[in-house]
Order: sequence, then C-alpha cells, then structure tokens
Amino acid sequence: MARIFARPRALTDKAFHYCPGCTHGIIHRVVAQVIDELGIRENTIGVCPVGCAVFAYDYFNVDMIQAAHGRAPAVATGVKRVLPDRVVFTYQGDGDLGAIGTAEIVHAAARGENITVIFVNNAIYGMTGGQMAPTTLLGQKTTTTPQGRDARVAGYPLRVAEMMSTVEGASYVARVAVHNPANVVRAKHAVKKAFQVQLAGRGFALVEVLSTCPTNWGLSPVEALQWLQDHMLPVYPLGEFKVPPEMTGGET
Amino acid sequence: MKVMMKGNEAIGEGAIRAGCRFFFGYPITPQSELPHYLAWRLPEVGGVYLQAESEVAAINMVYGAASAGARVMTSSSSPGISLMQEGISYLAGAELPCVIVNIMRGGPGLGNIAPAQSDYFQATRGGGHGDYRHIVLAPSSVQEIIDLMGLAFDLADRYRNPVMVVGDGILGQMMEPVELKEEEPPVPPAKPWATTGMRGRGHPNIINSLYIVPEELEAVNRRLAVKYARMEEDEQRWDAYRVDDAAVVVVAYGTMARIARAAVDMARARGVATGLIRPITLWPFPRRAFAHISPGVLCFLVVEMSAGQMVDDVRLAVNGARPVHFYGRTGGVVPTVREVAEAITRVAGGEAGGQDLCSAAGAHG
Repeated sequence: MARIFARPRALTDKAFHYCPGCTHGIIHRVVAQVIDELGIRENTIGVCPVGCAVFAYDYFNVDMIQAAHGRAPAVATGVKRVLPDRVVFTYQGDGDLGAIGTAEIVHAAARGENITVIFVNNAIYGMTGGQMAPTTLLGQKTTTTPQGRDARVAGYPLRVAEMMSTVEGASYVARVAVHNPANVVRAKHAVKKAFQVQLAGRGFALVEVLSTCPTNWGLSPVEALQWLQDHMLPVYPLGEFKVPPEMTGGET
Repeated sequence: MKVMMKGNEAIGEGAIRAGCRFFFGYPITPQSELPHYLAWRLPEVGGVYLQAESEVAAINMVYGAASAGARVMTSSSSPGISLMQEGISYLAGAELPCVIVNIMRGGPGLGNIAPAQSDYFQATRGGGHGDYRHIVLAPSSVQEIIDLMGLAFDLADRYRNPVMVVGDGILGQMMEPVELKEEEPPVPPAKPWATTGMRGRGHPNIINSLYIVPEELEAVNRRLAVKYARMEEDEQRWDAYRVDDAAVVVVAYGTMARIARAAVDMARARGVATGLIRPITLWPFPRRAFAHISPGVLCFLVVEMSAGQMVDDVRLAVNGARPVHFYGRTGGVVPTVREVAEAITRVAGGEAGGQDLCSAAGAHG
C-alpha cells in the first residue's frame, strides 16, 4: 500500500506541548514539510523565540538555537554572516517580533539579511497568561485589557506585514492564515516561497501567519477558528505584500 | 616588526591575529577607533564587520556567530555594555565563546566619555542575571593589549565562555610601539557542538540556556560552578613590581597601574619602600598574589579610577591580615603620579588613604 501521509522528517517524534486547538502545531508542520520538500533539512539552522514556541528546538529536527526574547533576527544575522551557504530561519510570536523585538526585525529587513522569518500572530501573549499583544484587536479582552483594548489607553494593533513591506531591504512579505484546510495550503505555498527567496539569495523574507489561541481567547478550538476568520481577517487582510519581480505569479 | 599603534587599533589587530573574523558593534565613544579599524581590516582578511542597530542586537549577533562556531567579538563602552548584559548572561548560559571589550567611561547614567574604572563590579560580578562568571582581562599597555587579545580568544574557546577585556579611553587612544610577531594564525579548536547544519552529524545540535525542570537547571548550574572554579584555580594572572622589600603595597590595574608604578618610584625616591601588585585578571581576582604577605608589609593601598570597587576584592584576599587603604578619583578624573605618591606617604605614616569620596563618607580607609 502506498504511503501517502507521514510525519515530516524535519519534525522530531516529540509530542507538541501546545494547548488543544492551538495552530502552532499546524504551522510547525507546514514549515517542516517545506524544509523536507526543498531538501534542506541537514543544511538548515532554526532560531526559536521566547514565547509559546520557545521549545521549538525540541520539535524541529534541524540544528536549533534558542534566542533571547525578540532577538532571533539578530541571532539569525550572526549565524548567516558566518555561514552564508546555510539556510537560516526564525520562528517568532507577536510579542517577540512585534513588541520587544521590533528593532531587530526592522533592521534585519533593512539590511536585507538573507533569512526567512515565520511570524505567528495570534493577537495575544500565550505563554505568560493571555496579556495584550501589540497585535491584540481593538475591543479584544485580555488579562491586561479586561474591558477590551481601548485605543485611548493601549493604542492600536500593529500591522506587521504591511509595515515590513515598506522596508526596501525586505524581499518577500506575505500574510496567511491556518484556520481551514484551503488556507493551510496557501500558507504552505507562502512559507515555501519565503525559503526559496533565501535559497535564491534574494534577501529577507517574512510570512505572517494568523494563528489561534483558544486557551487565552476563552474559546473552544472550533470557536477559535471561527473567531480568527470573523475578527482577525478584517484587520489583518491576507495576501502577498511584496514579491521579488521574478517570483510574481503562480499559486499563493 | 615594531609599529606605533593606538590601543583601540591594537585591540582590533590583536583580535585578527587571534583568528577573529567577525565583529558586531554599535557606535559609542571612547572605543570608536576600534570599529573604524575593523571596518576596513576585517574585509581585508575575508571577515565581516557589521554595524548593528543597537548594543542589544550586537551582542545577540555575537551569540548567533558564536553558535555557528566562529571566533567573534564585540566592543563597546560602559552604557553599551550595560545594554549587552542580558546577552552576556545568555552566552554564559548557552556556553558560547566570544570576546567582549569594554573601554570604560565615567558613570552612572550617561556619565561622560573620560577614562574610568567604575565598571569593575559589573565586569567581575556578572552584570547580567543568573549564577555565572566570566574571565576579565585588564591590559595596561598597547603591547599587552595585543598579547591579551590572543589569550582572550583562547580562554573563551577553552572554557566555552565569554571573556571580557577592559580598558579606558587613555589606554584606547594612546599610541605606543608594539611588536607584531610574524606568526601563523592560530587554529581554533574543533567545535562539534556548533549549529552549522546537521549534515554528516546525524543528529541536530541545539544551543540553549532553558532548563524548565529545576533539578535539571541545578545540575547545569553545578556543572558551570565546577567550570568557574577551574578558571579561578588556573587563570589568576598578575604582575608584581618592587614588592620584595615593600612596606606599602599598592594595588592597581590597567591605566591606573601605569600611574601607580611611577608613584611607587616617586615614593621610593622619598624614602618609602613601596611596591605594586597589578592584577591582569580582574576575575578571577589574583588572590594568590596576597597569599603570602611578607612580614615587612605594613599595609596595602588600592588605587582606582572609581569610588572604590576592586578594594573589596583586595580586602577579601588580604582577609584582615593587614590594613587595606583606598585612594580613588572618579567621574573621569585621573589621579596624578604626585597625588598617588602622597597617598602612599600618608598610609606609610599610619594615616588613611586620602581625600577621596569614600573615605570622606567613612566607607573606606
């Protein structure tokens, strides 16, 4: 019997610690599948964040580095400058990349660092207990915005993909979601492009992935998928914001 | 080959001769000649000079380059070194070798850019969080900078640990003749732990300082403590000058030691038998230099360009066997030879160290 479905080789056998219904697992799998398909597993170094994905080094079956909160793009820069022929990616959440690490991500892009960034946006801090993230929606209740995010007090959600697409050194910028199978397929195409951009030496690539946090959103896994569609997509529109000229067209 | 070099340039040349090919840093005075030098010199030898967006980013680029197995360094001055402390803690926790240069300036806060030694506590006590230590080297001449940069990279690799080199604006900006030996570049040790991609290895390497289970972290802390104890045992370095018959032993490091050495000669010319102990490693502190105090030693005088920091380590090393006096100027004020010689005369006569900030407050001497 033909084997048509298997665990990607770029994932270890370790069971994810993620909460039920959290889409980090899907995103890990998408990244691992792309690494397998591009045949780069033994040539890749990943940098994990501080946040829910802090243990990503237990899950990706490639060389991994655990970075200080927000500093993954700087760490990846150091690795890539020493080993320009290897594939380097970061995997970061919205607090890590969009708050404490804003300077590092903007300047890694400005330098056109030839790295791939997977940016997981679930509009909340998961690991520390559901606090407001830079990407928390207006009106969204969190443990630090118990009445809902009020712009007069807590400002506005940060649209990272749009912001990053204005940086000249950024080569590929896209936003995808993983709340249903069709979007998971599109997410995989975007992640693959983001690695192909690096392999082609075209510089900085970032894929923002809209993700769920049922635990801290206070919703069931199914409700969370619906909430992402109903509330996040209007604020965070999907699509490619920047594509290298020779890569335009094709499936996304 | 003998050439005239500025101290800051010698740091760069010493690093290159030690096989360092990667530098990440952020502009700050008074270490600017170092990045200026490396910005042209590193590309010349096939290396990378990269200006980071902040000291925070710079130290994390060092973390990445060290993870990839490179000999790598950064450099800054006091406020910038403060910003790097989290990264230094991570480097120590993940056991990554690198060299960090601090050309110290006056503080606290923005302070000023004048020479100071007021980052001694930060350097030797671990300015970042957690139970960690790193070797601190304190050259006092441009030639010694060249020599110690090679040692710094070797020690970093030997112990898989950050090594700090401290100086100040005087040492960084003065020119002195240095002997540049024609040597083959050293071959750094193999780094089978580095994250370079797992091809040919069969298993992934992981660079990490996270141990979520307390017993596991305690085991790591214990293993690190053994490593630090080995450094304390094996890496104490100091220089002694005219101490054999000394009644007063001055203790000073770096730029201050040069002034103190001249003051020792001046005091001797005035009839006070004086000597100098110059710590070359600030951590581990060279306690062994104080292990056997001659009967003729009356007292110690610690001289620093700070309000009194290394004096604590001297007191620990002397452990009450003799009085330990202090004389210091701070805020970027550099004591003159005459001032120090007068302080020597005072302590030789049984008085306190002098009119310094600390003795005025009753804290020292």
